[in-house]
Amino acid sequence: MTPISATASLTQPRPLRSFCLSWVSVIAVFFACLALVPLCFVLWATLATGYETAVALIFRPRVAGLLLNTVFLILLTVPACAVLAVALAFLTERTDLPGARLFAWLCVAPLAVPAFVHSYAWIGVWPGVNGLSAGVPISIVAYFPFLYLPVAAALRLLDPGLEDQAASLGLSPLSVFFRVVLPQLRLAILGGALLISLHLLSEYGLFAMIRFDTFTTAIIDQFQSTYNGVAANMLAVVLVLCCLVFLGLDAAIRGRRRYARLGSGVARRATVTRLGALRYPALLLPIVTCAFSLGIPALTLGHWLVAGGAAIWRFDAIGLALWQTLRICLIGGLATTAAAIPIAWLSVRRPSRQNRLVEGCYYLASAMPGVVVALALVTMTVKVATLYQTLATITFAYVIMFLPRALVSLRASIAQVPKELEQAAESLGRSPAQALLATTVRLAAPGAAAGLALSSLGIMNELTATQMLAPNGTRTLAMAFWALTSEIDYAGAAPYAVLMVVFSLPLTWLLYQQSKKIAGR
Amino acid sequence: MTLLEISTLKKHYGPVNAVDGVSLAIESGSRTAIVGPSGCGKTTLLRLIAGFEAPDGGTIRFDGGLIADARAQIPAHKRGVGIVSQDGALFPHLSVEQNIGFGLKDDGEDRTARIETLMDMVELDRAMLTRRPDQLSGGQQQRVALARALARRPRVILLDEPFSALDTGLRVATRKAVGSVLSAAGITTVLVTHDQAEALAFADQVVVMRAGRFAQVGTPREVYMRPNDAETAAFLGDAIVLDATLKDGRATTILGDIPVNANERSGSARILLRPEQFSILPAEGTGESAVTGTVVDLDFCGPSSELAIVPDAAPDFTVRLAMASRHLLEKGNRVSIEINGPAHVFP
Repeated sequence: MTPISATASLTQPRPLRSFCLSWVSVIAVFFACLALVPLCFVLWATLATGYETAVALIFRPRVAGLLLNTVFLILLTVPACAVLAVALAFLTERTDLPGARLFAWLCVAPLAVPAFVHSYAWIGVWPGVNGLSAGVPISIVAYFPFLYLPVAAALRLLDPGLEDQAASLGLSPLSVFFRVVLPQLRLAILGGALLISLHLLSEYGLFAMIRFDTFTTAIIDQFQSTYNGVAANMLAVVLVLCCLVFLGLDAAIRGRRRYARLGSGVARRATVTRLGALRYPALLLPIVTCAFSLGIPALTLGHWLVAGGAAIWRFDAIGLALWQTLRICLIGGLATTAAAIPIAWLSVRRPSRQNRLVEGCYYLASAMPGVVVALALVTMTVKVATLYQTLATITFAYVIMFLPRALVSLRASIAQVPKELEQAAESLGRSPAQALLATTVRLAAPGAAAGLALSSLGIMNELTATQMLAPNGTRTLAMAFWALTSEIDYAGAAPYAVLMVVFSLPLTWLLYQQSKKIAGR
Repeated sequence: MTLLEISTLKKHYGPVNAVDGVSLAIESGSRTAIVGPSGCGKTTLLRLIAGFEAPDGGTIRFDGGLIADARAQIPAHKRGVGIVSQDGALFPHLSVEQNIGFGLKDDGEDRTARIETLMDMVELDRAMLTRRPDQLSGGQQQRVALARALARRPRVILLDEPFSALDTGLRVATRKAVGSVLSAAGITTVLVTHDQAEALAFADQVVVMRAGRFAQVGTPREVYMRPNDAETAAFLGDAIVLDATLKDGRATTILGDIPVNANERSGSARILLRPEQFSILPAEGTGESAVTGTVVDLDFCGPSSELAIVPDAAPDFTVRLAMASRHLLEKGNRVSIEINGPAHVFP
């Protein structure tokens, strides 16, 4: 029999593997640096403007007004979303509410309606709405699912033993909720609140349509009037500072505490709270919420579709927009998912401090509003004619903005593949690369597909950066919808909105299923 | 004095009768262990007593007053029944001090003093008060859980397999510590466990539960030495069950003539022998009257050995028992089998 040492060199595999590894790190760091380009742009813009000009442009009544608008918007919207989301999540997950499963899904469904379509729908019902009084309720119905999803998932994960324990220590059901359940939902609420705050800071269409000025709408106004203004850059600086404040607040409150379930064993299913006499009155909350978040869009779209009849279905224009949208979604989604693979793999398999830092860069970059990303890329590519308004540039913008969506799905699915499987494949004679391909890549594929779908959903409904960066002649569904509503052709815009909703619905369903799977059910 | 009285209590989940009409009286200040295989309904019974579940039939009385029947139940938070669960169920968002003080109404110095007394009772260092539950070991977590349950001075404490998550050495030590704390405080205790040795060692009264019913209730010695049936006997320890013919206080069996503990019985019956009643010696050097057999299998496990012996009188029957590894027996050895003390006759 041939000795093993004669068939394979003992030292060979090791250098090969570290070589592969370092390349993964290099790629991850390279993309992280690229992702930070918009943030660096803002820094550069501040420095290039000069101190006095910058001060003059930042400290003026206009900026103060925008800041006040932003603060009011966030202070009113986010707490309201949190209360609504916690109440709805509790009703759907932990009580015997009739039709709880249906309402759980209906609470997520508003995500399929792009935020600016919500505005469009409210204007359809109440043509006069504008300003903060319209911005807050529309923002609530458009964004509360971002809080509902994590809170509902956290509620499913809570150990019911803790609630029993609190009851045996003499707490009434109400105090059990406030002293035991709510504190454990803190992380979920924080995460959702941060996400909503960042969305409120970066949203353009929703607020432009109801004539409510935020930093994002002001930057785009500036951009469209002066094209490349220092004023727009300075507004972007303040906007980025706002984002950083929220990211810092979140990190500070979150702290380092661990809230995970202690001990071993399988948690019992949570006990269902009986609503008793309140069972039917409690239905009022989800029904009213759905009436505003789904009913109003359905009503307006239905109205315009009926009023417009066959004339609004101009299939040549719609077909072209649909084709361009799907193409850009697919290209952007694939690029985003591919760019996320190195860091996803590193963060699961090599969870070192450096890799966490690199991962943090991606999150920080994606927290930058689309308008800032676009402004940075416009300013930089306008000097390089071959890149300005090309598919490459806009794809790059999408990668920066939506990479975390792909990263979260990928990381979860890679984490589910035990390293031992890879090692087993290697022990059965596969090379490290083959082993990776045969086990981890194969098993993480569903996660990659989910990441692709989720980033594509973001791209489909993205308006701000797409408008500023898309190649000439590109007209996505969102852009076409926006152009038509700007011309007050509400009927003509309806088919585009319907298409966006129809394509988003399955992806929203995916998001809903994913959140349930994370919760282990 | 009876503190807790359960009568014909029933609870079903769909078609499964988790608790099927059981009755039990628990004396004030006593320790009761409910033992049974998993799925026998013991945890459901505990949750009924705690008030986390509502019974479908029967009653639970506490100190003579009705606390639960099928129509109405006093909710858990008004029962004043403490509970310590398998994993401690410490609140992960609170410190040790906040966990222990969780059920205390009053604030201020009384509270601090009470918490410190409780820490001393369960023998935890006061320096641990500021720690988070995830910074404690399993045994420490259980002590905190016990202190938290004791804080409200309950008259009854329910222990739901509180030691099963601990490793063997720690388990015995924690069980002893918990037992002495509860005895010193004079608190009536109900322990639920699937570990028969734990139940026998801990309790004054052992309830053997099977398929929602009580197979037997009695003192640890009673249920171990005089079980009602072979299943209970086997659950509580290794059992050798033999067919026998009884006459005048003796049983004729394949292992010879054995004294039994039922003089008045006669005719055929089944009898129980425990391994500790057996003396297995190498066959040479014993008298002619001894029962003999052959060792057909032997697993040496250190202090004890698992033996399988086929008696000469019954080649189809195998006696399996664990014995102290005192004699250097080997597979194939001839042995004599001697039985000490009377056998128990199943009713």
